[in-house]
Amino acid sequence: MIEVRDLVKQYGDHTAVDHLSFTIETGQIYGFLGPNGAGKSTTMNIMTGYLSPTSGEVIINGHSILEEPELAKQNIGYLPELPPLYMDMTVKEYLTFAAQLKHIPKAEQEAAIAEVVELARLKEVYHRLVANLSKGYKQRVGVAQAILGFPEVIILDEPTVGLDPSQIIETRELIHKLSDGHTVIISSHILSEIQAICDHVLIIHKGQLVANGTPEELERQLADTSMELVFKSDDPNAIRALLRSFPEVERIRVNDPVNGEISAKAKLTQGADIREQMFRACAAKDVPLLMMHASTMSLEDIFLKLTQTNERRPRKRRAAASAPADADTAEQTPDAADAPAEKEAEQ
Amino acid sequence: MTAIYKRELRSYFSSMIAYIFIAFVLAFIGIFFMIYNLSSGYPRFSYSLSALMLIFVFAVPILTMKSMAEDRKNKTDQMLLTAPVTVTSIVLGKFLAMLTVFVIPLVISCLCPLIIATFGTAQIGSDYASIFSFICMGAMLVAIGMFVSSTTENQIISAVVTMAIMLVMYLWDSLVSLIPQTAMPSMIGMLVIVVLVALVIYSMSKNAMAAMIFAFVGMAGVLVLYFVNASAYIGLLPSILSAFSISHIVSNFTIYNVFDFGGLFFYLSVAVLFIFLTVQSVQKRRWS
Repeated sequence: MIEVRDLVKQYGDHTAVDHLSFTIETGQIYGFLGPNGAGKSTTMNIMTGYLSPTSGEVIINGHSILEEPELAKQNIGYLPELPPLYMDMTVKEYLTFAAQLKHIPKAEQEAAIAEVVELARLKEVYHRLVANLSKGYKQRVGVAQAILGFPEVIILDEPTVGLDPSQIIETRELIHKLSDGHTVIISSHILSEIQAICDHVLIIHKGQLVANGTPEELERQLADTSMELVFKSDDPNAIRALLRSFPEVERIRVNDPVNGEISAKAKLTQGADIREQMFRACAAKDVPLLMMHASTMSLEDIFLKLTQTNERRPRKRRAAASAPADADTAEQTPDAADAPAEKEAEQ
Repeated sequence: MTAIYKRELRSYFSSMIAYIFIAFVLAFIGIFFMIYNLSSGYPRFSYSLSALMLIFVFAVPILTMKSMAEDRKNKTDQMLLTAPVTVTSIVLGKFLAMLTVFVIPLVISCLCPLIIATFGTAQIGSDYASIFSFICMGAMLVAIGMFVSSTTENQIISAVVTMAIMLVMYLWDSLVSLIPQTAMPSMIGMLVIVVLVALVIYSMSKNAMAAMIFAFVGMAGVLVLYFVNASAYIGLLPSILSAFSISHIVSNFTIYNVFDFGGLFFYLSVAVLFIFLTVQSVQKRRWS
């Protein structure tokens, strides 16, 4: 079991991880999901003891990574973003070195290495130099190193990057095999991958945990319930009043009439369904309802919503504010102001 | 530690660095041996080694440049630092691997006194004592080079900076002799030392108050002493600095036939200091 408590990591003024807290239970596959630069790798580097947090703590099977690093690291196998391979060694030498580093007893080393070689399908390159391997094989050597000795917690940072489709499927199968008895944490910015393998999803954005749950839970809890409607009417105010009369309606957007039709969008409280009431209310007010469509979000939409809203809204606002100023000399200022913000988000 | 030691040692021999280092040092030992002992017939091999430090100024940076910098550049330090081993054992493993490569040409040179002995009277005891003193000096030079390597990820910068530091160490006596013996320069030198120590205190503790207090108290002390008794400063700075002279230790062993325990202690304590600083430098990177 891993507990991450109130983790903060600052690089100068830039906050890479911002008060992150979560608990990871044994025997499940966890997925860290977030756009590039969200703080996934930094969090994993802190959890494995490579970086030290500015504040907060990580406890792995009861051992703090800061206070008892050797005991805590004994329980972890880690594949960083870039596999940490020594190019001047053969696969055999490299895995033997990894086994010695992990204090696997000499008598068991050979069997342990044979097992991971089998799992990661490295047999045909076992005696070759790491430098001469293809990217896919290098990645697999990295995975083999991480799972060597089968530590209780296996942390893989973007394990499928750079692999071809069949290798991606193989890696997924491997991760599935590992999941009995081990906790596996993988990170990715690819949603379908997380959805395919993980029992549990943690969505991170700008160093903060924005969602935490199984994929189904997230869909149920976070999906926006909204309705798109088209009325036959010329009076937007009447439509607004009609929509506002429902307690379930949280936000509305009513467009101006076009050819005697008014389109509107209403955001409802989570999971509400007011299609029937809407029909009756329109009938009572004698407003013909031309179209009604209830939409729900997929996990992908949720991910986009959680990770993009914070960025896009201020930009839109800024763009709107600068529009009248465009005629003046201040044409370049909004761009100049945008640029550093974008860079920061990508870091 | 043994796993890292073995890996590093193997990598030195698979990347040619070890061969180049050993060949370079052996070639010069051979040249000195040829000139002084074989051609001129001088029976003391230790005397031939007196110029060896200059060879190390150029050879040791080649050996140490990649020790920590390469791991950092290739991100293989992620594997070492997330493995259940301490930073100290990582650093010690690397240090001992380099020291092993360093020792090889000196061990081979142990044959030279025996060659002399077959043709005449060799001073075997003092010759081997000199070789041993160079091994201790190697521990110091390797530790310094390793520390420099841990502060950068560029091997060239690491080599050049290490070479510059070692050149200063080699030329130390001549540089110190440039400082005037009068009181005023010594006083200014002491002020500079106080300020430097205050800066170290600040950079280590980030406590501006403590550093300021130290700087002011120290500078006031130096100035008060100068006005009370200026003659105390005459020759003070050169005599303090010449205590760090290395060529002094080298000539004790190689020329004057003196077994300089103090010198060996100096070598080894500087080595320990820089191993400690390397560990701190690796640890610090995790926090920044």
